[in-house]
Amino acid sequence: MAVTGVFMSAVADTHAQDHHHGPAKGISRWLLTTNHKDIGSMYLIFSFTMFLLGGAMAMVIRAELFQPGLQIVQPEFFNQMTTMHGLIMVFGAVMPAFVGLANWMLPLMIGAPDMALPRMNNWSFWLLPCAFLILVSTLFMEGGAPNFGWTFYAPLSTTYGPPSTTFFIFAVHIMGVSSIMGAINVIATILNMRAPGMTLMKMPLFVWTWLITAFLLIAVMPVLAGVVTMMLMDINFGTSFFDASGGGDPVLFQHIFWFFGHPEVYIMILPAFGAVSHIIPAFSRKPLFGYASMVYAVGAIALLSFVVWAHHMFTVGIPIVGQLFFMYATMLIAVPTGVKVFNWVATMFRGSLTFEAPMLFSVAFVILFTIGGFSGLMLAIAPADFQYHDTYFVVAHFHYVLVPGAIFGIFASAYFWLPKWTGHMYDETLAKTHFWLSFVGMNLAFFPMHFLGLAGMPRRIPDYALQFADFNMVSSIGAFMFGATQLLFLLIVVKCVKGGKEAPAKPWDGAEGLEWTVPSPAPYHTFATPPEVK
Amino acid sequence: MAEQQANNAGAPKGNARVVGWCMAGVVGMFAFGFAMIPLYDVFCEITGINGKTGGRYESTEVAEADVTRTVKVQFLASNGPGMTWKFRPVVRSVDVHPGEQTTVNFYAENPTSEPMVGQAVPSLAPSEGTLYFHKTECFCFNQQPLEAGESTEMPLIFIVDKDLPAHITKLTLSYTLYDQGKQVSATQNSRKETTTNDNG
Repeated sequence: MAVTGVFMSAVADTHAQDHHHGPAKGISRWLLTTNHKDIGSMYLIFSFTMFLLGGAMAMVIRAELFQPGLQIVQPEFFNQMTTMHGLIMVFGAVMPAFVGLANWMLPLMIGAPDMALPRMNNWSFWLLPCAFLILVSTLFMEGGAPNFGWTFYAPLSTTYGPPSTTFFIFAVHIMGVSSIMGAINVIATILNMRAPGMTLMKMPLFVWTWLITAFLLIAVMPVLAGVVTMMLMDINFGTSFFDASGGGDPVLFQHIFWFFGHPEVYIMILPAFGAVSHIIPAFSRKPLFGYASMVYAVGAIALLSFVVWAHHMFTVGIPIVGQLFFMYATMLIAVPTGVKVFNWVATMFRGSLTFEAPMLFSVAFVILFTIGGFSGLMLAIAPADFQYHDTYFVVAHFHYVLVPGAIFGIFASAYFWLPKWTGHMYDETLAKTHFWLSFVGMNLAFFPMHFLGLAGMPRRIPDYALQFADFNMVSSIGAFMFGATQLLFLLIVVKCVKGGKEAPAKPWDGAEGLEWTVPSPAPYHTFATPPEVK
Repeated sequence: MAEQQANNAGAPKGNARVVGWCMAGVVGMFAFGFAMIPLYDVFCEITGINGKTGGRYESTEVAEADVTRTVKVQFLASNGPGMTWKFRPVVRSVDVHPGEQTTVNFYAENPTSEPMVGQAVPSLAPSEGTLYFHKTECFCFNQQPLEAGESTEMPLIFIVDKDLPAHITKLTLSYTLYDQGKQVSATQNSRKETTTNDNG
């Protein structure tokens, strides 16, 4: 009920805010802001900070795996690094980056003056640094940080986890609250604040994909909160949800976790689908091919994501009927995904293409995400999965869908909308350098992992057999290259914020949408008068 | 300003409705996460897919053994974390005919200088055979107290159902023995009691 009270007063407040036109001065601007652009920027900055932190942990992992044998860190610390890298990248880097983009762009795209619930918006952002402060502080606790992998399977996390597991659970609870509030805000904004004339089927695709993502968040984040609550009770209050000695079942943990976990991977990719569906038409100078089919495809992917979770756990001993069901249901997802890839390619077909940085990242997104999709199809084949399960093939697969999928989608969006955010053009030469170094580094890092996995190298182990040495060294070199390149992105953004060529209201001549009708940089308050959409 | 108010006229009320529905969804899905536990238990009881064998079996008919078939039943015994008892099957495997009642024993010894209580939890592989493996008597139905240094042989009486699918020729029954403290009932909470009955 407290929640309702807060948002009601927040709504009442939006009218009062229209009277002063600039941001407040000093630190209180950022602590107390209810402006969607400020909050969006904070989300993006937070996400990039977490990206660097999670990336630094990946560098530790790759440095250890540079050569066989134990070189730099102890296995206990290595396990903490793999766990924290996964948690920070999923919950700290990718998800907040998309919420940041949503905050910045949704009101501009639908012609709204702000998000529907601005104060809740502020709250959901400021919960995040608190959650991650708790999570990262576990590294300095006795017994170390969580070391059971980002999937925190019981009983590894309950019976055998370090004492800091309880802090981890608390951090996940706070992140969950933050995500749920963010999702509610997005839904309320999209359903209630659209400019007159903007019907659902006229909404830009980024708005559509975010609406569906928000529904996914509301459906699965509470399940995540539930499963960590059960862990908390098993650890501290003597219950036996996942403990066989008390009548519980560890396999049940995996069912509940992956019921959350599979929709979660679509939460991390659907907004990128939306952003790329803006960028490819802009640089092809053609309207998007098959708008309606794109919307239905995203909806179909979201619905199917609820009935495929057990493909993560074929090896726990699922009856043959279950394996067949989850195998075919998983393969079915390739159909709407294929529709989307077809539409992006068809949009480019016979377009007047130019390859500025956003387009480069988007084209790479389409190609590399498709590779990741195909390795996903291989993993979906239940009998073959027994060979791939828990090998580097899985690591290669999900990095191919998340790095050139989610991360490249975020970079593409950032370059596409940076002129709107800052009022300056970014340095195109540096941005293209950023793209090519990222592209080469990423492929060098992750492509050899396919071969390593097929040859049998298990994931999450700090050492490996000698025959894997060469591919691991190549992979590490690629990872260092990719990691170092991201500092270049920081430089490009800082340079762009500080100055550069003045950006016109619409810097990309093929771009469409309401966000390009406001000046660059976008004023602190936009669409106080709603635009008319025909 | 006028237009803006027109634009947002119904918004606060609309927002309250959207937030209300979303919160209902959140609460519902949180409850669903917990509802998965009983759902899972019921589902597994019907299908037997998690290898948990059923409770005490009471035969309604005098079964005649199907001597044309022989099924090998193997036994495994292991200790849960922290359990110090010696625990093993007296025979590692027996060949039985479906429908025939067989008795085997498990040996348990408490080598410590304290009285202890153990609870065995069974699991059957392949899980497909779970529904066809009946126990008429099992030490796992009850907790087992042992005085310091005491040892015992614990009986298991079982029948393999004649309807066991033809492709299953071997069943493996494994028991894990867990430390339940020092006393059988005084320290028992209700959940553990239920568990004991359920585990069969």
